[in-house]
Amino acid sequence: MSNDGKSFIMPGTSITRRQALKRMGLFGFGGLAAASGLPVYAARPPAARVAVVGGGFGGATAAKYLKMLRPDLDVTLVEPARRYYTCPFTNLYLGGLRDFESLGHDYRELGETFGVRVVHERAEDVDVDGRRLKLSGGGELSWDRLVLSPGIDIRWGALEGYDEAAAEKAPHAWKAGPQTHLLRRQLEAMEDGGTFVLVAPENPFRCPPGPYERVSMIAHYLKTHKPRSKVLLLDAKDNFSKQGLFMEGWAEHYGDMIEWVGLSDDGRVIRVDADRLEVETEFGTIHRASLLNVVPPQKAGVIAHRAGVTDDSGWVPVEPETFQSRKVPGVYVIGDATQAAPMPKSGFVANNQGKVAAAAILADLDGREAPRPTWMNTCYSVIAPDWGITVANVYEVTDGELREVPGSGGVSPSGANAEFRRNEARFAEAWYAGITQDVWGSRPTG
Amino acid sequence: MRELILLIVVAVGAVLAFAWSTGVSSEPAEDEVIGPERVEAIARTCAACHGTGGQLQTEIPPLAGNPQAVLEAQLLAFKRDEVPGATVMPRLTRGYEDEELRAVAAYFASLERK
Repeated sequence: MSNDGKSFIMPGTSITRRQALKRMGLFGFGGLAAASGLPVYAARPPAARVAVVGGGFGGATAAKYLKMLRPDLDVTLVEPARRYYTCPFTNLYLGGLRDFESLGHDYRELGETFGVRVVHERAEDVDVDGRRLKLSGGGELSWDRLVLSPGIDIRWGALEGYDEAAAEKAPHAWKAGPQTHLLRRQLEAMEDGGTFVLVAPENPFRCPPGPYERVSMIAHYLKTHKPRSKVLLLDAKDNFSKQGLFMEGWAEHYGDMIEWVGLSDDGRVIRVDADRLEVETEFGTIHRASLLNVVPPQKAGVIAHRAGVTDDSGWVPVEPETFQSRKVPGVYVIGDATQAAPMPKSGFVANNQGKVAAAAILADLDGREAPRPTWMNTCYSVIAPDWGITVANVYEVTDGELREVPGSGGVSPSGANAEFRRNEARFAEAWYAGITQDVWGSRPTG
Repeated sequence: MRELILLIVVAVGAVLAFAWSTGVSSEPAEDEVIGPERVEAIARTCAACHGTGGQLQTEIPPLAGNPQAVLEAQLLAFKRDEVPGATVMPRLTRGYEDEELRAVAAYFASLERK
């Protein structure tokens, strides 16, 4: 997007970027009205301060859209990483379809084009009464509204035997980074004729189709490099996202290489022995792996617990119209950390939730009612090169509840021809380019 | 045949767009004017594939700066399953009223392609 000082925002908004920066100069450390206890009015508000924790799909989107819609807002994004690697498409890296660096994004657009202050520290704690954020560098950040987009954390030990030490031997690779590299190295080192075992959790968890795309891409790698190998998927569920389409694609591309064992067939793993690369199921079957990939039980990222916005489930209940915390007013929570069913924990949804929260925060600051929200989701899964499938939905709030818009949404048709599947694989790549442009301002890489 | 459908869609769309622009609701039962805030909220969801402001050109086409009649005809054709081989767009457009799709078409047409 060009930035030549012209209005780069929505029609009807007359503030240019230059004017906005000027105002920020005057009010940059503002929140004057808030500090003095005066109500904040729309006409010429001193800059209210919004802190955003987490620079992933949800948080970076919220920060960008807050500034795009209201350039004179004082927005600070707190994210430890200078380069953020997305979880979406790590499966394509594992399968050999993508370079890992192509999954990395930075915060230059947010800072330089939109004037978001980006602080590369960790948010350690939240004082919700004093409305302050404690940062890992020792400093504090005051806010009038707080957005938390902390993603997930692993519930270490919730699955017996699976702790942080175990993850160094049997990786989860459910956060992009060292765990992803570890799994890839193990895959390269695995002997031909070995068994790759993936343990899939109960709902809810990050990226519902993720485990199934994971084994697809692993199978693609093995078929190419170690064709005598097997893939065993032990699942704590009897049904999973896009199940029919995955099964159809597996049969088409991998024959009987992939075996899926659901809950009813004793698929639920209750114990992990990472040293022996063994897992035990509910009814006592021991499975031995050459390579063990455990997708463990999860919860909202740790800062959500510190802020007191989680409930007994470990996830965050939110007001559906605004994604404001049901427990702590003034705190908005978006992305995988939230209870937002029927929306999945996906990057696409986090992006959409960031926009809804941004609009709701601006309305709240103006003393207006939040606009009627709308969300979409599309989850692409790549089963093989040139073979993509999707689930797509539109969501709304009806009678105070999130729901799918009746008549909308659905999965790709079963039995579709190769051209259709190839198009969805191409659109998966295009989607990745589109969303990473929308979130981080990244330009498509080859 | 497809051209004919397109023509009808465009013609009907133009009438309704005129009605909308003059403030006459074509769906009085809904009793809802599709104001700019609603239109922009919907349009923002599109950016997750089409880039911010519908500006990005990939295998997925940009939206900004296209003729309103074309965008409108496409969106409505998607919703009515009249686009052979279409992938996610029919499933997504069915989540919105025709009037909303028309308003979104007008919105993206009004943006300058960068």
